[in-house]
Amino acid sequence: MKIMTCPINGPRVISEFAYGGEIRPMPDPATATDDQWADYVFNRNGAPGVKKEWWCHTPSNTWFVAERDTERDMILRTYLYPGEA
Amino acid sequence: MPWRLLRFALAQKHPEPRMFTTHDTLKPSYDVVIIGAGGHGLAAAYYLARDHGITNVCVLEKGYIGGGNTGRNTTIIRSNYLTPEGVKFYDESVRLWQDLAQDFDLNLFYSNRGHFTLAHTDAAMRTSRWRAEVNKHYGVESEVVDAAFVKKAVPMIDLSCGGHAPILGGLYHAPGSVARHDAVAWGYGRGADMRGVEIHQRTEVLGIDVVGGKVTGVQTSRGRIATNKVLCAVAGSTPRILKMIDVRTPIYIHPLQAMVSEPVKPWLDPILVSGSLHIYISQSSRGELVMGASLDPYEVHSTRSTLDFVEGLSAHMQDMFPFLSNVKVMRQWAGMADMTPDFAPIMGKTPVEGFYLDAGWGTWGFKATPVCGKTMSYTVANDRNHELITGFTLDRFRNFALTGEKGAASVGH
Repeated sequence: MKIMTCPINGPRVISEFAYGGEIRPMPDPATATDDQWADYVFNRNGAPGVKKEWWCHTPSNTWFVAERDTERDMILRTYLYPGEA
Repeated sequence: MPWRLLRFALAQKHPEPRMFTTHDTLKPSYDVVIIGAGGHGLAAAYYLARDHGITNVCVLEKGYIGGGNTGRNTTIIRSNYLTPEGVKFYDESVRLWQDLAQDFDLNLFYSNRGHFTLAHTDAAMRTSRWRAEVNKHYGVESEVVDAAFVKKAVPMIDLSCGGHAPILGGLYHAPGSVARHDAVAWGYGRGADMRGVEIHQRTEVLGIDVVGGKVTGVQTSRGRIATNKVLCAVAGSTPRILKMIDVRTPIYIHPLQAMVSEPVKPWLDPILVSGSLHIYISQSSRGELVMGASLDPYEVHSTRSTLDFVEGLSAHMQDMFPFLSNVKVMRQWAGMADMTPDFAPIMGKTPVEGFYLDAGWGTWGFKATPVCGKTMSYTVANDRNHELITGFTLDRFRNFALTGEKGAASVGH
């Protein structure tokens, strides 16, 4: 059973968490071209590596950041999004 | 001992041609380089040689023939898709499957079973009707059936599913079949090999040379090859290859797991899929129950399988077949599924001239092996997308014109 550490609730089994995808900067919708917008909406960095991702501890609805190595399937670090209380 | 076998003991050398020729060195250049010796790559090599007369072809494989998703799927073949593009494409594939064994002179254990997509809710019955109508319009045999029909075909089923999710009926697709997946890769591989195509196993692609937007060569772990055409058919490794040429796609990788039980007497003729219970099951010719579930819920580039998966799948399987509680699980494994947002593949030409893509095959690639080989070999030979794949090009995302095959993916993803 895989364990992930919620920054608020501590270590929990992975089935309590929902994956929210890689953190990606959003271009300004008012100024982005169609190509930039389509790239943001659809394209992903699908190659393996260490990624910063959104995760949610669903019982407490806590959204946070997890750094994960997708090739070795290891969770490296979890923390609240900077600026969040 | 039969004489046929005794010859092997008496002969100094191997008395029969091997299944595949082993080549000691790579040639300095090829007309076409195919990355990935799975079903798709080898099928493309086979049809390039057989139908287009292009035999100066090299297939590069990091591991061994058919060791990726070709040997990791659950061998189901069907064409009951949802979009017109999908139905036409997969139906052509099912037709090609039917005489493939003759073509190869190799037993593929192609077995026509019939395929049920079970509906446990009114909404699922509505989707079944929709799919049946699209299928019938294109001449594909699919019909909506009621619960009694399901019970007659599978007498062992608990129609109430333990009271959790009673089966109301489903979509029945008579041409649904299973085939031996390894033999498909070997058949195509041997056919290509006999026609002069070189298959190089344990040869990893390290880079792709692009000059002025055109492919000029491939860097491998055994040296450089010059070529103007590269076909990439590497399923779960697609993003790694595309990173080498800076082409961005929506492809993301999630593991898909499967397992087989110990062999038992034949009791399950058709293939069953349940979207609500997230399971599918068929019985192989050896008597093993081949079972799968939906994708793992987050991105991982590894083929390790998990206990969570076996527990979840077994629990749902017992809702439908309570008597299976005493049957043991023999093996479990995972493959890396290259998923797309609209559950349709990405095929054809790319922004890099001479680089052709056959990817985004996620959880639905095995059944399409023959037609992918046909259409991609046409596309590579003529540098023009085959008409059957025009709905699957990479441009569709930039143009916000997705193909929307989600409703027909076998298990809810």
